Amino acid sequence: MIDIAYDASHLLGTLVLMTSFALLYQRRLFALLHVFTVQALALAAAAAWQAYAHDDPHLYITAVLTLALKAIAIPVALHRIVQRMNIQRTVEPALGIGLTMLAGVSLVTLSILLVLPVTEGATALTREDLALSLSVVLLGLLMMISRRNAVSQVVGFMSIENGLILAAVGVAGMPLVVEMSIAFSVMVAFIIFGIFLFQIRERFETLDMRRIESFRGESGE
Amino acid sequence: MITAILYQIVQMLLVLALAPALTGWVRLVKARLLGRRGPSLLQPYRDLLRLLRKEVVLAHNASWLFRATPYAMFTAIWLAAGLVPVFTTQLALAPAADLIALIALLGTARFFLALAGMDIGTGFGGIGSSREMMIAALAEPAMLMMVFSVAVLVHSTSLADIAAFMTSGMVGLRVSLALALIALVMVAIAENARIPIDNPATHLELTMVHEAMVLEYSGRHLALVEAAAMLKLLLYVALIACIFVPWGLATGQGGSLLAGLLSFLAKLAVAGAGLALFETSVAKMRVFRVGEFLGGALLLSLLGAIFLYVSRGV
Repeated sequence: MIDIAYDASHLLGTLVLMTSFALLYQRRLFALLHVFTVQALALAAAAAWQAYAHDDPHLYITAVLTLALKAIAIPVALHRIVQRMNIQRTVEPALGIGLTMLAGVSLVTLSILLVLPVTEGATALTREDLALSLSVVLLGLLMMISRRNAVSQVVGFMSIENGLILAAVGVAGMPLVVEMSIAFSVMVAFIIFGIFLFQIRERFETLDMRRIESFRGESGE
Repeated sequence: MITAILYQIVQMLLVLALAPALTGWVRLVKARLLGRRGPSLLQPYRDLLRLLRKEVVLAHNASWLFRATPYAMFTAIWLAAGLVPVFTTQLALAPAADLIALIALLGTARFFLALAGMDIGTGFGGIGSSREMMIAALAEPAMLMMVFSVAVLVHSTSLADIAAFMTSGMVGLRVSLALALIALVMVAIAENARIPIDNPATHLELTMVHEAMVLEYSGRHLALVEAAAMLKLLLYVALIACIFVPWGLATGQGGSLLAGLLSFLAKLAVAGAGLALFETSVAKMRVFRVGEFLGGALLLSLLGAIFLYVSRGV
């Protein structure tokens, strides 16, 4: 009855999902970055555990990549950006937290309802991992929609990518080449984001996306 | 049957005797963490005795409800604390030790206290009662949701059955249980008026909740109210221990009572130290953020229930 490999990977997957919720809950930018780091650590642990449990050495590389890029490099870089732009005390006017959380729970339910019927034949672990990672992806999207600050939108994007990696780790079938290329494309995306943030800041003197919308002529103010 | 009744009486006396010590322990650890020496473990006992000897001062417009509330509240919470298996599950009241009955008893105590807070008609009492009700309205659904996910897993809401199931080794690491544990801890923090929801150490803040309701009490009434609050803290620790870490609890006929007792004392010490550490490391929340905190608890227990249906073999 007890299957420790299964239970532990399930637990780590859920930890990643929980940190996604914690991301939605945070209002301050630094707290957001801390939670993002925790999510990356949980993801690295999940990958390492899968590698250990299924004796699949290339997953260790995924774990190390995640640890180095997501848990160290990107948070440090984002910290720098936030510090240099002097927005560390910004309290984000997120869409009502309660409402966002409610939307988050519905998204998780939706992804479970969506994944379970289409993966009838697969093993329980695969099904759950897919459900969990789809939820993480959807929550990342929700984060990008509901936040107004550009930095937290970047964090939302990165957490979408975390969800993809979680799926890849769970089904244990993604070739290493694909994974490496994802990791590097995320890195490139991150650099572009960084440059964009500075450019936006320089031109509009704000990172609040609501203000920028008026330049595009969206809100008729 | 006779032994079950005997155990039940021992349990009732034990929780009453240990509750002030737990509160004293939390205060002591907190004081040490803040670099103070802190009062001795016996200080809460001395406080209660002193209050019991003091004269009761009543407001002129206090009704019978105000005078009856401390007794009603203390009895309900004492009974509830007596229901949670502390050192053995072989209790006379074990068939009644149901999680939902427990929540109902706590709800009754809260109902009376909230009414008493408004009885005198002072502004503080009213604001305390209204906030307490706001917290309760959010904490109780979270607690019930947690109870449901445990009940679906164990097929019972009886505490003795739950403890027996958890110690049987059939459970393993369950995501739903982990989520339920976090949710229950969050609810316990809110229900016991601890930081970050409420500050138990002050009578002077505008944001106080529990202390605002009991501001008008004095003498033996206050002693009962304070003892009830201490019992409630012990009850939540015992509840968490009984559901999630029941190891050491004597479940069968032959279980060792001494081991049960010692493990319970160890659990109390760990939980008290953990609570003190948590309280010194967080800041108090604004009242309007309480909804988000308890909404988080509700969300976690809801997710726990959802995951029960995803994971294998419900």
